[in-house]
Amino acid sequence: MKELEFPFDNKYIMRKRKSVRKQLLSDGSLRIKKKIAVLGGSTADDVISALDLFLLNFGIEAEFYKSEYNKFYEDAVFGNPELDEFAPDLIYIHTTSRNLTMLPESPAETEEQVNLRLENQFDRFKQVWVSLVQKYGCPIIQNNFELPLFRRTGSWDGWGISGTAAFINRLNVMLSDYARHNNGFYINDINYLSSVIGLEKWHDTEAWYMYKYAMSTSVIPELSYSIACIIKSVYGKNQKVIALDLDNTLWGGIIGDDGVDGIEIGEETAVGEAYSEFQHFIKNYKNYGIILTVCSKNEEENALAGLNHPTGILRPDDFASIKASWNPKDLNLAESADELGLLPESFVFVDDNPAECAIVNAQLPAVHTVHAESVGKAMYTLSRGGFFEITSVSEDDLKRSDMYAENAKRISQQKKFENYTDYLLSLDMHGEIKDFTPVYLQRITQLTNKSNQFNLTTKRYTQQEMEQVCAMPDRIRLYGRLADKFGDNGIVSVVIGRCEGDTLHVELWLMSCRVLKRDMEFAMLDELVSQCRDRNISKIMGYYYKTPKNNMVSQLFGAFGFDLVEQSENGDSVWKLNITGYENKNKVIKVNEKENIYE
Amino acid sequence: MNKNDVITRLSEVFRDVFDDEDITVSGSTTSADIEDWDSIEHINLIGAVEEEFGMRFKMKEVSGMKNVGEMIDIICERGTK
Repeated sequence: MKELEFPFDNKYIMRKRKSVRKQLLSDGSLRIKKKIAVLGGSTADDVISALDLFLLNFGIEAEFYKSEYNKFYEDAVFGNPELDEFAPDLIYIHTTSRNLTMLPESPAETEEQVNLRLENQFDRFKQVWVSLVQKYGCPIIQNNFELPLFRRTGSWDGWGISGTAAFINRLNVMLSDYARHNNGFYINDINYLSSVIGLEKWHDTEAWYMYKYAMSTSVIPELSYSIACIIKSVYGKNQKVIALDLDNTLWGGIIGDDGVDGIEIGEETAVGEAYSEFQHFIKNYKNYGIILTVCSKNEEENALAGLNHPTGILRPDDFASIKASWNPKDLNLAESADELGLLPESFVFVDDNPAECAIVNAQLPAVHTVHAESVGKAMYTLSRGGFFEITSVSEDDLKRSDMYAENAKRISQQKKFENYTDYLLSLDMHGEIKDFTPVYLQRITQLTNKSNQFNLTTKRYTQQEMEQVCAMPDRIRLYGRLADKFGDNGIVSVVIGRCEGDTLHVELWLMSCRVLKRDMEFAMLDELVSQCRDRNISKIMGYYYKTPKNNMVSQLFGAFGFDLVEQSENGDSVWKLNITGYENKNKVIKVNEKENIYE
Repeated sequence: MNKNDVITRLSEVFRDVFDDEDITVSGSTTSADIEDWDSIEHINLIGAVEEEFGMRFKMKEVSGMKNVGEMIDIICERGTK
């Protein structure tokens, strides 16, 4: 719903939230269900009601638990049967600088005394986190602390021994350090948020005196949006691609008219400098695993010439797909999506022309569009839009762009072979299919939570739940990693099965779409069968749970040779395979032969 | 500000906040007349009214208004848009 996309109208959302909620709930979209506990150090009602809307819009239907007013510490540390019964999937701790109890009082305090205050204050919060993780083992989102509006001593407050702002800044650093060292613990940066909105607008002392809201009720949607973005990232619902227009988006001018020498990019002019900063800003997204594509109305030759401009920063090989033609942009974008094996909803489209944004919006409503009115506005919308909210960075993220570029090379090689098996053999593929190991767990969890298409049960796991699965003796767990002569694809497939007597129930089976048609799924099945035999298991039960996105695997078990046991009206199905006479299906990937498959 | 205009616009705010198209407020309307009007919704209502009329209620007014009539009087006196 457009009204809930950044930039949104805070006041509209607060005023219309009831009807907005009804509209969302009746739009027929399927949503994952999550239980979210909000432990508040101040009133949280409106925070929750706005969060509810943003999450619904992100495809997450949340049920909420709300602690009694300012009982976040008690609920966490001493326990609360109601919260136990609720069994949260995720906990948000809604505290602010209003909850700081150990602020320094006087410049007469020594550095040691203030350090002790800092440690005690931090420990009070740490107790909350440690205790929650012990009890519930679920992701935790914690606000850091905003600067107060008032200060007695001018700038001194930001650096002096007893300055409140100085104390808060130091405490925030401690929180960040903690977050970096604790998986499943995320900071909601209200220090940034309150600054970007403006402390004068953020704070409303009367809202505190009257209602115990720790910020102005008019900025609450901004706060809720920030939380919702972290939650959507935790559950793997981030966007993955930036599709970029070229003329007047990545450089000044029109390459077809002005020629390579006529476009503005580089340090010589103010306009050129703006586009240099923008290209640099965009290029760095690649380091976080975000894929870049071009979606431009241009001759391809001109597009490439522009991207090879001597003072340009983005180069043709920074893009996993370049679509420069006179086709409507929604078609170009859909083609890129096909090529990359991604859904349109994974795309953020950036264009200076509002008409092009409108066309893409109308034809592909799932695509997010950013109207690049100016370079500054485009960077601001990308900064605040929450499309690429990062909650963890895996080794695969760091290499993803390269992987897609390698895929482009594979496709061009494919054209040289008449026989597809010959092509697959020519790739010299090596697979590693083994039980989960701790170093891969983060990537396994990440892949599990963001695979939608090649995913039979679409079961999601938090990092903590995955760790629990690792400790269960009755589970067979397999990750699959695939490399070939063009490069390493990293971990691309995950399977989890539960043993019960002589039967294995497949709880999870998924694969990244970037290795479709490489027979990797057969290699996974071969290994699964082999492990079943080791455990004297004679049959495998497969389950397909239909979602709007996983139609591509509705017949996968059939292709594997399973027999259909049950077909439900809602599209779900149950399959069975007797493995006694099973023969290996993969003939093209060499599995577990090399110590290190990417050498 | 014209009192009738204020009542018309105020009714619109109430309809949005309580998501009930049938609400028409008058000077004698109180929280007892509207099912969902509790202390939490009151906060949201006050915010929406302040935004609609470009004014702010004083703290003692927020908790002290006995009926919508008092709210209308304050808006007529201090509303800016």
